[in-house]
This record gives sequence, C-alpha cells and structure tokens, in this order.
Amino acid sequence: MGAAVILFEVFLNGLLLGGMYGLVALGLNLQYGVARILNLSYGEFFLGGAFAAFFSIMLWKLNPLLSLFISLPIAFAINWLMYQYLMMPLIRRAPDQDGLDADVVLVTFGLLFVFQGLALVNWSGEVRGYSFLSVPVNLAGATVALNRLAAFLGACLLALVLFVVLRHTRVGGALRAITIDPLAASIVGVDVRRYSALAFAAGGALAAAAGMLVSTFISFSATTGVEYTLKALIVVIMAGVGRVTGTLAAGLLLGVVESLGGYLLDPALTIAINFSLFMLVLLLRPTGLFTRA
Amino acid sequence: MLELAAKDWPAIALGALAVLALALLPLVASGYVLSLLLLLYANIALSTAWAFFSGTTRYISLATAAFFGIGIYTLAILHVHVPMAIALLATAVVGFLVALIVGLSTLRLRGVYFVVFTFGLTELVHQVVNWWEMKINRTATRYIFADVSNVTIYQVLLALALLTIVGSWYVSRLRLGYALRAIGEDEMVARHTGIDTTRVKVLCFAISASVMAVVGAVLALRYPYIDASIAFNNSRSFEVLIAALLGGPSRPWGPALGAIPLMLLSEYLSGTFPHHFPIALGLCFVVIVYFLPGGIAPLVERAYHSWAAGRGFTAQLARLWRT
Amino acid sequence: MSGAMARPDDHALLSVRGLRKSFGGLAAVRDLSFDIRRGSITGLIGPNGSGKTTVLNLVTGELRPDAGTILFEGVDIFGWPAFRICRARVARTFQLVRVLRFMTIRENVMLGRMFGSEPVAPAAAAREAEALLERVGLAGRGDQLGAQLTYIDQKRLELARALASRPHLLLLDEWLAGLNPTELKVGIELIRLIHRDGTTIVMIEHVMEAIRALCSRVLVVNAGEMIAEGTPRSVLSDPEVLRAYLGADDAAA
Repeated sequence: MGAAVILFEVFLNGLLLGGMYGLVALGLNLQYGVARILNLSYGEFFLGGAFAAFFSIMLWKLNPLLSLFISLPIAFAINWLMYQYLMMPLIRRAPDQDGLDADVVLVTFGLLFVFQGLALVNWSGEVRGYSFLSVPVNLAGATVALNRLAAFLGACLLALVLFVVLRHTRVGGALRAITIDPLAASIVGVDVRRYSALAFAAGGALAAAAGMLVSTFISFSATTGVEYTLKALIVVIMAGVGRVTGTLAAGLLLGVVESLGGYLLDPALTIAINFSLFMLVLLLRPTGLFTRA
Repeated sequence: MLELAAKDWPAIALGALAVLALALLPLVASGYVLSLLLLLYANIALSTAWAFFSGTTRYISLATAAFFGIGIYTLAILHVHVPMAIALLATAVVGFLVALIVGLSTLRLRGVYFVVFTFGLTELVHQVVNWWEMKINRTATRYIFADVSNVTIYQVLLALALLTIVGSWYVSRLRLGYALRAIGEDEMVARHTGIDTTRVKVLCFAISASVMAVVGAVLALRYPYIDASIAFNNSRSFEVLIAALLGGPSRPWGPALGAIPLMLLSEYLSGTFPHHFPIALGLCFVVIVYFLPGGIAPLVERAYHSWAAGRGFTAQLARLWRT
Repeated sequence: MSGAMARPDDHALLSVRGLRKSFGGLAAVRDLSFDIRRGSITGLIGPNGSGKTTVLNLVTGELRPDAGTILFEGVDIFGWPAFRICRARVARTFQLVRVLRFMTIRENVMLGRMFGSEPVAPAAAAREAEALLERVGLAGRGDQLGAQLTYIDQKRLELARALASRPHLLLLDEWLAGLNPTELKVGIELIRLIHRDGTTIVMIEHVMEAIRALCSRVLVVNAGEMIAEGTPRSVLSDPEVLRAYLGADDAAA
C-alpha cells in the first residue's frame, strides 16, 4: 500500500515537472520551429525569469508573479533585438538550413557564455532558492507541494493561451504557415521576417515565464541555464518541431521518465536518464514522436 | 603519396629547425615558460583535432571537454594498474569508442541532433562519473601517482601538437580529406558522388575524440589529483572552439594560429578577471563568426602569397581589408 | 499497361515495377512501372508536382520507396543508400544546380572519380579531370573556384562530375532549364554527344524542344501515375497528356 502511494506521488510529481518542461520547450519550439534559430543561450532567459522572481520576493517582498512585469518585456525585447541584429545577417548569408544551423549554433554558444558570464559577475555562482506556497496539498491520495501544482497550472494556462493564439488568430495562422513552409508563406503575403522576429521574441519571453514558475519550487544558480536549454532541446527534438500538443506531451514524458528513473535508480543521474530517453527516441523515431513521418 | 616539390624544401627545413629548437627549449627555459608552452601545445592539439572533424564537415561538436575529461579519468583509473604507455593507449581507445557510440546514434541524422547531443555530453559524462565515483569510490577525488617530469610532458605534448597538424594536413590530401570537405559543403552532393557519408563522419569524429582524450590524459599527469569538476569543464570546449575558429579551421595550421593569441589573452586576463574573461571571449567569438568566418588563416595565406610574389605591401593591406 | 509488365525485365538496364511513395497522406508516386533499355535516351515529362523528381530521388536512393521493385542491371537496388547506388554506376544532376562553391572546378570533378564506381587516388583523379572538363566545355579552367562560375558553366560542371563516376545510367533533372536559345542548342548537343559515347540517359524536362530533339521514347507522369508512353510525337499530341498539362477546360478548347 505504502509503496504504491509513493510511486504514484513520484509519478504525479513527474507529471507536474513535465508540464514545466513542456512549457520551457514551447518557447524553444517557437524559436526553432518558426524563426528556425537553434538558440543555445535560451536557458539564460529562463534563468533571468528565475532571478527576477527571486529578487522580487527576497529583496522587494513582492509576489514573484509580479516579477513577470519586468522579466517578460525585457526577455521579449532582448530576444527581438537578437533576432533582428544578430540572427538576420546569418540568415541572409546561409545557403541552407544546415549551414544556418552551424553558424547559429556557434553564435548562440558564444552568447551563452556572455550571458552566463554576466550572471556570474552580477549574481555570483551561489545557489538561490526561496519559499513560496510550499504547503502540502492532497491530490487523489498523494501529497504534492502547492507551489508545484500552481506552477503546473500556470504552465497549462500559458500553453492554452499559446494554443488558442496559434489556432484562432491571424497572427497564429501566419506563425503556423511559416513553420510549415516559409517560402510558401511569403508567397501568400506573410511578412516572414516580422513574424519570425515576433516568434523568437515571444519564445524568449516564454522562457522567462517558465523560469519564474520553476523558481518557486526548484533552486537554481547562475549556471543552471544550460541544464534547461538542454531539456528544452531534448523535448523539442523528441516531439518533432511544431505542434503545441506534441511538445507538451513530450515534456510530460520527459518529466515522468526523469522522476520515475530518479526514484528507481538514483536522483543524481537525471541527465543520464534524460539522455537515455533522448537516445532511444533518436534511434527509433528520429523524425519525432508526434510528427507524421 | 607524398608529393613535395623542390620549392617546398626550404619551408620544410625551416619548420624542422623550429621544431628542433622548441624540443630543446627545456634546456634553457624556465619552468614557467615551459608550463605556458605545454598548455599551448595541448590547446593546439585539441583545436586542430576539433577542426579536423567539425571544421571540415560543419558538424559542430561542443563536446571537446567531454572527451578531454574521459581521457583524464581513464588515465587516472588505469595508471595504477598498467604501465603508462598502455594506459595512454587505452585512453585513445576509450575516447574512440565513446565517440563511436555518440556518432552512430546521431551522425546518421541531420547536424542539429549531433550538436544538441554534444552540447549535453560533457554534463552527462560529468554527472555519470561523479555518481560512479561517489557510489563506488566513496570519494570524489582520485590521486595521480605519476613521476613524470614537466620536461617529458612538454615534449610529449609538442609531439602531439605536431602530430595532429601533420596528420590533418596529410589526410586533407587523401580521398578521406576530400570526402570531409565535400560533406561540409554539400552533403547531398557528397552522397550522390559515392561518398559513404555516415562512415566518414563517424570515423573522423572518433579519431578527433581519441586525440582529445590522449591530450587530457597527458595533461592529467601534471596534477596531484583530479575530480570530476576539474576534468569536465565546459569552458574548455569553448576555448578550443574559439582557437579553431579564430585561427581558421580550413587550414591544418589554422587552429594553431588561433591558439597562440588565445593563450596569451587567457594568461593575462583570466587570472585577474575570472568572470569577465568568458564574457570577453563570448563577444570575440560572436565577432569572429560575423566578420572573420574563415578565421585569420586565409588572410595570412594571401598575405604570404602576395609577399612571395613580390607585390607592393600597402596594396596588399588594402586588398586584405576589402576581403 | 501494368498487366504486360508484371514481372521486372532482367534485360533492361533499369526495371521499375509498382513503385510507390507517400508523404504523410499525400501519394507522390503511385504504382509506377517502366523499363529503360540500355543505350536509350528517354524523356520523363509531366506537369509540376507530378512526381518526376520524386521518381528520380527514389531510383537514386535519396528517398526510400514505400513499395515496389527496382532492378538495375539485374540487381535489386531497393532500399540501397545513395552512395551505393552511385557506385553501382547510376549518376544524377540536381534540379537546382549544386556545385561545391569553395572547391576548385577540378576538385569538383575529382570527387566523382575518387568515390564513384572505379575509385582512384586524388592524384590520378586530378590527371583525368582535365579530359572530362574538356568534354563538357570547361577546358583549362580547372583552378577556378566553383563559386566563380556562371549558371551554364555550373551546369556543365555538374555534368562533368556526374560523368566522372563512370555511370551506365545518367539521370538529368531539368538540366536544360533556364538556358537561353544559344545555350540550349549547345546543351542539347552536349547531351547528344554523351549519349553517343554510350551512356544511357533519362532526362526530366519541361523544354519540349529538347525532348523532341533527343529522346527516342517519352514517359509521361501526372499525379504520381504514368499516363502515357511512346515517341515524342505521339505523346505530345496525346489528348490526355495535353489535358494533364493544360487542365481539362483549356485542353478541350
């Protein structure tokens, strides 16, 4: 009886965590799926959101949600500028997507070190964490922390908003058209450059939002950005670039596998577990779990 | 196989003389200079090995630190059980095998998968090694009981650096070299011209990883002890990348050209500004990708050719600037 | 048509039966069957999007067929990777010309010779490249970079590279597209010469003048299916073919 409940709790926590991974991946999905930029510095904006929330509650005694008023616009703006002034020149000179990927990877790898360096200089490498809504809640017989549940619901809300925007607005339609075929989209009159910049910026903002949500229940430091970039990359590739539902499902899968794996094997092996899942998917269904091959 | 024209001999003789001078340097140089130089040779070997695969095929590997660390650990584990030479050989083999696994999983697919995999590989190996050490060894550190002098390490690394440059040059003249470049330029064309692209990629990736592992192992001999954080450090991947790109990955001697200024910068800046240094590097890096995509090697080469052809120096400077 | 060709023809150079390929829900090639005789020069025509390039990609191993049989010189090459098919003496050019821009012209050609059906070392390949360059009209320009070539010269280079691998079957994907009348005449002559030297050719084309001038036989594909086959004259006056190209209303008019 006890073991089953524990397992269920582990599973549930994995699901809640997976929702966060799904959200983090959604932002990267926008950046890579629409704007076609593989941004290795993505996780640094996640971190920005986390730090903003941290300072919000620790320094100014404000609800960390309010930090979004600062972190979202800043993340959006920086990413928009990155796209317009750093990525556009690369896009212009790249012969094809693979050539672009090579250049983009190098530049964003460099940016990663710039951002991480700035974070280390300003905020040092200490591990940060804070307590917010950390009360236990009973969910279907298992005990989970309220902050995890709240963060999960927040992620669901954001994902829903994104889903509605993509499905039912003109902007969303344009973004989906660009994801499928940028050339065809431009032929039917879509301003690919403007919408790609928008998608890229929105992706960065989503990263910051995810960072804020995750910071409520997981501690972090100036070097944690890379970890979340990696998780986002793994989820996006496993899902196959494109749809919101697929990305979320893959995120949930990653969360559950990580949680169960951590419990059954060793919590110190999370990256190894992530990679094993990643490798399995690469070997069996490289085009993505949820795309039609 | 080795077709050298008469005009090449003066350059070769000069090169051989320089190598001899460097090899004999320990007789006169101080310990500090030796340490500096041997780190330089290590970086030259690492960046040349990196460029050998990633520079030619454009499959960007961000995992240099992973193989470097694997080399360190393999040596640390084996050197107490087997003779040093065997340990080093084993290091090469282990590096090769790990790269083989990574390559076979990801190099059959588009470059993106490979990049992402290598991006996380260092952290992955770091975590696994750490876990294993804590579980099995109950301690995070391993001691190195090697009685190898700095001079020997200096000479071995000098030899390694030369070996990688010469090896890279040699391969570039073989069919394998052409295959690598074709893959980097247009992989679809490469496939349809009869090149077994997967085999070429996996093989060359494994070779470069093998070299990186050996370099790590040799450097490990200088430390009294190692642990996972020392062995697996992402910024090493980054520095190797910069050296290769700054110098120019398209020439065998290109990365060496980039490693020198990087080493000097590192010496003078990283001590005083440990956190600002990566920021500065990152910015340089971004600048290189935009304005010097081929690195400085092509420019140096052009300058040399015009100088050799005896044309006006200022005219050359002007032309360099425009290209 | 398919009943008579139920079994693959071992004596044909290339024998395709029941070739099928779908992308998601879209069937790009449906149950296609045809033979190519050794020494022939065959045209493959059809409106845009009819699946012609897909057929080429399937035969050269760029794509894996969903079903069907492909025999080349009697050997089953179904599912073979592209490089292996190239070494088996099938060469191709690309619809959007793909020349390696940062390699010299000579090196471009050398690639075909070094990795094709009878691989040789770089030095030998370099020596033989000159003859090939002469054949396609790029004599003496071996040291120029691929990036420095004009459009038609890039096409010539692609041809030389394909020929360097000593193919028995050469597949041209709209090789004559985008040429002015003079260049077109030169191009047609070049293909005729290559054919006369013994290479079997299949050419995907939209330039009907070339089809009429060169091909002894034409295959017409529409929406992934073979709708006609015969001499250029009979095929190009076939009402069904006209309907496919012009659309039902315009064809009737």
